[in-house]
Amino acid sequence: MALKLKLHTKPEVPLEADCICPDRMQSLSTTEIENLTVFYGNRQVPLRDFFECSGDFDGEIDVEGDLVDVKHIASAMSFGKITVSGNVGVHTGAAMSGGEIIIEGDASDWVGPEMLGGRITIKGNAGHMVGSGYRGSTIGMQGGEIIVHGNVKNETGHVMRRGLIVVGGNSGDFTGVNMLAGTIIVLGEMGIRSGAGMKRGSIICQTKTELLPTFSKSCDYQPSFLRHYFKYLQSLGLTINDTLMNSPFERWCGDSIELNRGEILLSAGK
Amino acid sequence: MKIKSTTIVDTFAEAFKMYGSRVIITAETKEWAMAAAQSITGFATSVIGCKCEAGIEAIIDANDSPDLRPGVSVLIFAMDAESLGKRLMERIGQCVMTCPTTACYNGLAEGLPVIVGGQLRYFGDGHQISKVLGDSKLWRIPVMDGEFLVDDQFNVQESVGGGNLLILGKDQKATLKAASAATKAMRELTDIILPFPNGVVRSGSKVGSKYKKLIASTNDAYCPTLRGVVDNSELDEGINSVLEIVIDGLTLEAVEQAMRIGVTAAAKPGIKKISAGNYGGGLGQYHIHLHQLLASKDWSGET
Repeated sequence: MALKLKLHTKPEVPLEADCICPDRMQSLSTTEIENLTVFYGNRQVPLRDFFECSGDFDGEIDVEGDLVDVKHIASAMSFGKITVSGNVGVHTGAAMSGGEIIIEGDASDWVGPEMLGGRITIKGNAGHMVGSGYRGSTIGMQGGEIIVHGNVKNETGHVMRRGLIVVGGNSGDFTGVNMLAGTIIVLGEMGIRSGAGMKRGSIICQTKTELLPTFSKSCDYQPSFLRHYFKYLQSLGLTINDTLMNSPFERWCGDSIELNRGEILLSAGK
Repeated sequence: MKIKSTTIVDTFAEAFKMYGSRVIITAETKEWAMAAAQSITGFATSVIGCKCEAGIEAIIDANDSPDLRPGVSVLIFAMDAESLGKRLMERIGQCVMTCPTTACYNGLAEGLPVIVGGQLRYFGDGHQISKVLGDSKLWRIPVMDGEFLVDDQFNVQESVGGGNLLILGKDQKATLKAASAATKAMRELTDIILPFPNGVVRSGSKVGSKYKKLIASTNDAYCPTLRGVVDNSELDEGINSVLEIVIDGLTLEAVEQAMRIGVTAAAKPGIKKISAGNYGGGLGQYHIHLHQLLASKDWSGET
């Protein structure tokens, strides 16, 4: 039986709850879990002041409530599963290296920053800086998967080094900015300045978009690896229509102000 | 034991431990996938002369293939994992990468990993791109029609090679017909291949030769033209043609099942005996006894 956490008091200022993580709750009794420390503003308080705990921890945690003001959920998570029946706050899954996080609602900014492994699935929308590096970091996401069924805002995959980010809807500006490697797939539309400063990596978009003049067109072709990816995305519950599946893609290489080894693939089917 | 009018000889097939791999080839059309599959399985009838044994295992429907394109699965066997890794690298590089529109995937979920795409990637001359998806790593190698996609690693597993049947018939026509019926039935199975031309071999071999340089030579005991010439002929009067079917499989169970089906399908009018080849039992790790196979409670075929 999974451990259940139910938010009974909505915090008035952000609550920092990195203890909501399988790594921190492993081998603790329910009472010990209730007494784990969270930061409420600048005060340390026990988890039970905000969450009602029930059940026993068996590797899975179910969290209920609107956690939009709860930060750092599942930070540094390395195993297990967390399901949140609601929205989550910033820094969810920061630096996680394994396991799975499922958000049934929306996520705020900084989902999975500097992530190393595992998977984060967001059924709703996400904010800015999905899978990014923190300000000043030269390397962002280094592995794992972030699957957002809805839209995301700006700078998704900033300085991403490895891994997969999928956006079921639209992405904001600067998608894949300063990207080092890895894969970003946007099934809707992308904002402006996608791939700015990218060295390597792939940005794939279902719709055509205006690219920076430092990108040049290589060819139109049908990359077989994309069909492999699309089949994988279908298995994760994302909708890939036949038009996209069979679409030729424009391959743009760039950013020529950097290595020029990155690529943006734009579906020519739409 | 008899099946209809065919005697099943109380003997065993002597099979060997080998290492096997499954290679999934996809392409834009099933014709191109098959072209690559035929190429990669070419000159791969026997480890004695070809360094590996290979064959087409199955056609894969587009909906079931890794990239939703038509595909073919191929099994390749060699005597050890290292050797198999080399064969995979050579054959995928020369026969699949060269074939238009193809991609090539590891088809075994478990086993000992050998690096294939991770070596072929150097053909990309620095322009290759790696992709990690789930637990697998792939390489995109730029080629003149676009890209060749290949798994970084392929799994190899302990397998069984050299399962066999000998079909002893009254004449060439009847024996060929029986062998064809057997191979047709056996090809419906997965996890096995029949590495010889159309699944059948006429030049069965024995170990050694009067010529010191040869490690194998014609199986004189089963050559009808040598009955009365050699003193170890296994052929009765009236047996004028012998054909062999060799089976390699990913598991012993798969080889045994193929042999059961093959024996039953080959037992046709004009087939005097069905036997199996062995070397006295001292060489191979697996002894597959024909009578035990057919008496197995798991087998509901007609005996």
